[in-house]
Amino acid sequence: MSISLNKDVCTGCKLCLSSCPYGAIVITDGKAEITEACTLCGACVASCPVSAIVLEVIPKEQVDTSQYSGVWVVAEVHDEHLAGVSLELLGEGRKLADTLQVPLSLVLLGEQVEGLALVAGEFGADRVFLVQHPVLAQYRTAPFTDVISGLINREKPEIVLFGATPMGRDLASRIAARIGAGLTADCTGLEIDPGERLLLQTRPAFGGNVMATIVCRHARPQMATVRPKVMSKAEPQPGHEPEVIPVSVDLDERRVATKILEILREDSGSQVNLQEADIIVSGGRGLGKAENFKYIEELAAALGGAVGASRATVDAGWIPAYHQVGQTGKTVHPKLYVACGISGAVQHLAGMSSSDCIVAINKDPHAPIFDVAHFGIVGDLFEVIPALVKEIQRANGGD
Amino acid sequence: MNIIVCIKQVPDTTEVRIDPSTGTLVREGVPSIINPFDENAIEAALQLVEAHGGCVTILTMGPPQAEQALRDALAMGADRAVLICDRAFAGSDTLATSYTLAQAIRSLGDFDLILCGKQAFDGDTAQVGPGLAEQLGLPQVTYAINIEVDGKKVRVKRLLDDRFEVVETRLPALLTVVKQINDPRHAGLRGVMKARKAEIPVLTAGDIEADITRCGLNGSPTNVVRVFSPQRHGQGEKLEGEPDEVARQLFEKLHTAQIV
Ligand SMILES: Cc1cc2nc3c(=O)[nH]c(=O)nc-3n(C[C@H](O)[C@H](O)[C@H](O)COP(=O)(O)OP(=O)(O)OC[C@H]3O[C@@H](n4cnc5c(N)ncnc54)[C@H](O)[C@@H]3O)c2cc1C
Ligand SMILES: Nc1ncnc2c1ncn2[C@@H]1O[C@H](COP(=O)(O)O)[C@@H](O)[C@H]1O
Repeated sequence: MSISLNKDVCTGCKLCLSSCPYGAIVITDGKAEITEACTLCGACVASCPVSAIVLEVIPKEQVDTSQYSGVWVVAEVHDEHLAGVSLELLGEGRKLADTLQVPLSLVLLGEQVEGLALVAGEFGADRVFLVQHPVLAQYRTAPFTDVISGLINREKPEIVLFGATPMGRDLASRIAARIGAGLTADCTGLEIDPGERLLLQTRPAFGGNVMATIVCRHARPQMATVRPKVMSKAEPQPGHEPEVIPVSVDLDERRVATKILEILREDSGSQVNLQEADIIVSGGRGLGKAENFKYIEELAAALGGAVGASRATVDAGWIPAYHQVGQTGKTVHPKLYVACGISGAVQHLAGMSSSDCIVAINKDPHAPIFDVAHFGIVGDLFEVIPALVKEIQRANGGD
Repeated sequence: MNIIVCIKQVPDTTEVRIDPSTGTLVREGVPSIINPFDENAIEAALQLVEAHGGCVTILTMGPPQAEQALRDALAMGADRAVLICDRAFAGSDTLATSYTLAQAIRSLGDFDLILCGKQAFDGDTAQVGPGLAEQLGLPQVTYAINIEVDGKKVRVKRLLDDRFEVVETRLPALLTVVKQINDPRHAGLRGVMKARKAEIPVLTAGDIEADITRCGLNGSPTNVVRVFSPQRHGQGEKLEGEPDEVARQLFEKLHTAQIV
């Protein structure tokens, strides 16, 4: 990567100055000049009204891959905590880093998040790049992209992992396009090829009907978003302190085009984030009518799980769309998925067939859901669910 | 306002075949449709133009037969459609695709808004929209469930995992839309007739001044090295008996497996 500034075109307007998160542009003799502090993050390129700044992406064959080293995880912060997927990525990243014999780093952006650096240490991080600024208090694409692209260009990690969450997918694809890196979406398996030290990235495609392994041989870093709930967290090591590397940035709220006006959480409380849930009980058209979702809710409550649904029930208006599991809904990977009155159409299976344990309750013995179920119960859900709830309550009461 | 909608033609079936030697999709003989989320993007664009005036342009990069997806979009009511098609684009990953789309959009002239689907049904990456926004230096808002344009600003409600977020940004911008944003209209007979006769220009790498080292397989940092069928563990265990009996059995199994 290289950046160039065409002085013949530059008008000295200074718009680029405040766009640079690393304070690496100065004006000399009425023209902008890029200093040594430049990390090639590219934030200035779009700020120049006369296109005097050009960021050149090096063709992949010319990237010197030996210059890149280390495994990074980009943190996601939810309600002042590290998101579950970030901890899972530290667990997985630890294994990759050990195989490669390189350090594992967490990239942590936010406002007043230094306490989370210690948590990251306990979950396996050797180092934490800590970037704190009010502009970074909530995730927004542009400032996060600028800061992280700059850090990647400066530090040259060989692998960068993100959660395959709305934030991770939004951010990773923007960064990859900025720095010309390859990015594999929504991985469910990561491994190091011992010969070439390449990251082998495995992911489902075509609605889960096909698995593909993808490598990124020439470009660096190798970037991937990883599906939540697939990797396991490491056993926390209390007192394992990471090296914290504070990164100072010079951001300006006035330069951020996108403002967050409002965050709405509808019926919070009962509603759990499906992708973070360990147990999901889903209902399908076999419930017959909206009111019967109470069977699903009761079983979910007894198991301490979340409520999912097939598209047919969402389309029928029995339950809001954010409960929908499947190709057009959410992809989930809980420890336990209980499908009640769901036939198991491929589009539904695409969203849940990789769950650790699948239980199907359906009165049609030929329903395709039984092909993926670990435990199949051919029976009437209106009889089986209450019996199961009673069984669980009995066991809990006896504890 | 001028709106560009990027659509992708995807196989109509989830029973797709993969060429094991190249790791790429075998598209021949598989019926194709517009990626469902892209139909929502088209509908959103049509509604915005109905409210504010302007023109909807549909863009796709794909093989010659992708023209059919463009005709389907024209039948829904889009004003014009452009096919970006060149052998040099074959084997593009999301980086090369977004570069190629960006070059094509630059060659088309001014626009206020670009709409994409949340993700494509075949690759499921959700990477092309943000990649394209980056190549064009535009603000991006992903997962839009509601769009309101007000002069040079756009206010978007985003559907996230456990919340909605309302954001505002400036135009031009790129948005990706989720299915819940609307119900795509069906094409009427007049639309279908008009679409059948429409001229669809085809742009090649040369027409859009694309650097072919950044297109197709050449410009794609990622390579598929292996394609295989997911492991299905086959028939699991069937539990039989009276409801109370199977409930007890199931609970015991789950308990033994330390799941509950
Ligand atoms: C492009 C596209 C995208 C799609 N995306 C999704 C998606 O994201 N998610 C999704 O779920 N679907 C999706 N679908 C729809 C999918 O194809 C199916 O239509 C849907 O999943 C069926 O839902 P269901 O299993 O609840 O209903 P049905 O297929 O009607 O099945 C109901 C089942 O309940 C059983 N049953 C009935 N009564 C009882 C009882 N008393 N006790 C026990 N069992 C009973 C029946 O035997 C039957 O098997 C998509 C479809 C398309 C075309
Ligand atoms: N070849 C293509 N031509 C036009 N638009 C595309 C193409 N591929 C992807 N897109 C757009 O990018 C979105 C996301 O696609 P993907 O990143 O492949 O999941 C799609 O919904 C389309 O709007």
